[in-house]
Amino acid sequence: MTHSHLTGLLDTDAIRKDFPVLSRVLHDGKPLVYLDNAATSQKPRQVLDALNAYYEQHNSNVHRGVHVLAEEATALYEGARDKVAAFINAPSRNEVIFTKNASESLNLVANMLGWADEPYRVDADSEIVITEMEHHSNIVPWQLLAQRTGAKLKWFGLTDEGRLDLSNIDELITEKTKIVSVTLVSNLLGTVNPVETIVRKAQSVGALVAIDASQAAPHAVLDVQALEADFVAFTGHKMLAPTGIGVLWGRQELLEDLPPFLGGGEMIETVTMGSSTYAPAPHKFEAGTPPIAQAVGLGAAIDYLSAIGMDKVAAHEHAITAYAIERLAEVPDLRIIGPRTAVDRGAAISFTLGDIHPHDVGQVLDEQGIAVRVGHHCARPVCLRYGIPATTRASFYLYSTPGEVDALIDGLHHVRNFFG
Amino acid sequence: MKLDSMYQEIILDHYRNPHGKGLRDGDAEVHHVNPTCGDEITLRVKLDGAVVADVSYESQGCSISQASASVLNDLVVGKTVGEAQQVQEAFLELMQSKGQSEGDEEILEDAVAFAGVSKYPARVKCALLGWMAWKDATAKALAGHPEISD
Repeated sequence: MTHSHLTGLLDTDAIRKDFPVLSRVLHDGKPLVYLDNAATSQKPRQVLDALNAYYEQHNSNVHRGVHVLAEEATALYEGARDKVAAFINAPSRNEVIFTKNASESLNLVANMLGWADEPYRVDADSEIVITEMEHHSNIVPWQLLAQRTGAKLKWFGLTDEGRLDLSNIDELITEKTKIVSVTLVSNLLGTVNPVETIVRKAQSVGALVAIDASQAAPHAVLDVQALEADFVAFTGHKMLAPTGIGVLWGRQELLEDLPPFLGGGEMIETVTMGSSTYAPAPHKFEAGTPPIAQAVGLGAAIDYLSAIGMDKVAAHEHAITAYAIERLAEVPDLRIIGPRTAVDRGAAISFTLGDIHPHDVGQVLDEQGIAVRVGHHCARPVCLRYGIPATTRASFYLYSTPGEVDALIDGLHHVRNFFG
Repeated sequence: MKLDSMYQEIILDHYRNPHGKGLRDGDAEVHHVNPTCGDEITLRVKLDGAVVADVSYESQGCSISQASASVLNDLVVGKTVGEAQQVQEAFLELMQSKGQSEGDEEILEDAVAFAGVSKYPARVKCALLGWMAWKDATAKALAGHPEISD
């Protein structure tokens, strides 16, 4: 296969040298073809080195310590917060809360709103709006909140083409709506959602907006000011960082008004046996010893991505995705679940292959060294919507190559022959 | 090739032509799912005295889970509940063997073909889906017939 017609590709030969795991050889000499990036990304040497250096040279608990290591660890941890703030164009570093992952970030928002005073409080008269294409982490926290408060949970449906159906937006988002929580990019369908339309409607009724950017932050420029939402959640491990570190960005005045969720060390101002007052945000929302090394690793990952440029990462993935969609069309009986063009689309492509179950597709691909994800991808309502039990999902990142797309296509032909 | 140890021809045959598929009359019904992959089975057990008269099922899932339900039907229908439970226990032991057991062909017959699946931790649950449903449904059916004891 010639790939000379593809434009906007990164120098993957150079990039791949930074990722030790990508040179692994599996079963009988098959090079690893890692196409499971929507689940988690691989980590470059620069991030691994930052983790090692932190533990070998600077390890200490953060804040309050007066010794050298404590000051260094604090500077590294808070330095990572500065890097995140710059990466997402946050107006203030105090709006960046470290969590353990995007799920915790979204649960934090749901719990803050459940305990909040008016006008933010979600109660029995309130409505919560989500969409049918959310990851379970942006469904279940809202179901829990609705069950505990008596609020009503509503959601946007999906079109046959895998896009959000906004036709009933005026019925869904009303004066009763307190919070709209929506994903920027679907982890299963790959759809990039027109959140600006939803934000504008929510603003017109005075509702807050939370955005799940887990599948967006790793892949394109993320500007929280341009989004005009109130909260943005994402996780580190999908963007070259370690597991165990996530981010919740929130508008400063909201973070000042909203109550803490977890109590403990670090989040207080003064404590007596009778009551406590709380530290200002972001520390109000970071009870206990935080994931320090993981935050430092996230900072290193952001340095790595920023040096390449998120616009260039997005262009690379767009080219790879367009090429993959074009080549997947060659495979008989293959049905893409989600948009069938690369327009407004992320780099995760889900599909079914005749009546061959995704588990079997994934197993035979694995034998050829190709790592894909199979199942409902923590978005079971999407599978129900399209009448399928599960999908196979290939997802790309900045180190993915057209050659890996070719390997996937060859692998899928082999799957068909195997079960044919 | 390692893959052939999982996808034995006998497994693929059962997958393509499942035995006893479809829901028929039963004394108890259960619905089991594998939450990691979305495989589902609805299974009914019909007892005739102490004998497993029928195991009927509707299911969707991968080749391993489908073939396993088909083999289950072959192996337990016609046996006494006590004999069938021994087969179920032998199959469970085989699937938990991490590739270290070949299985007792006297007891397990075609089901020894699943020995290779036990090397793949992610697929063991697929192979056990129907069997666990059968165990559950049988317990329910027996609860409705306290006079039957194994």
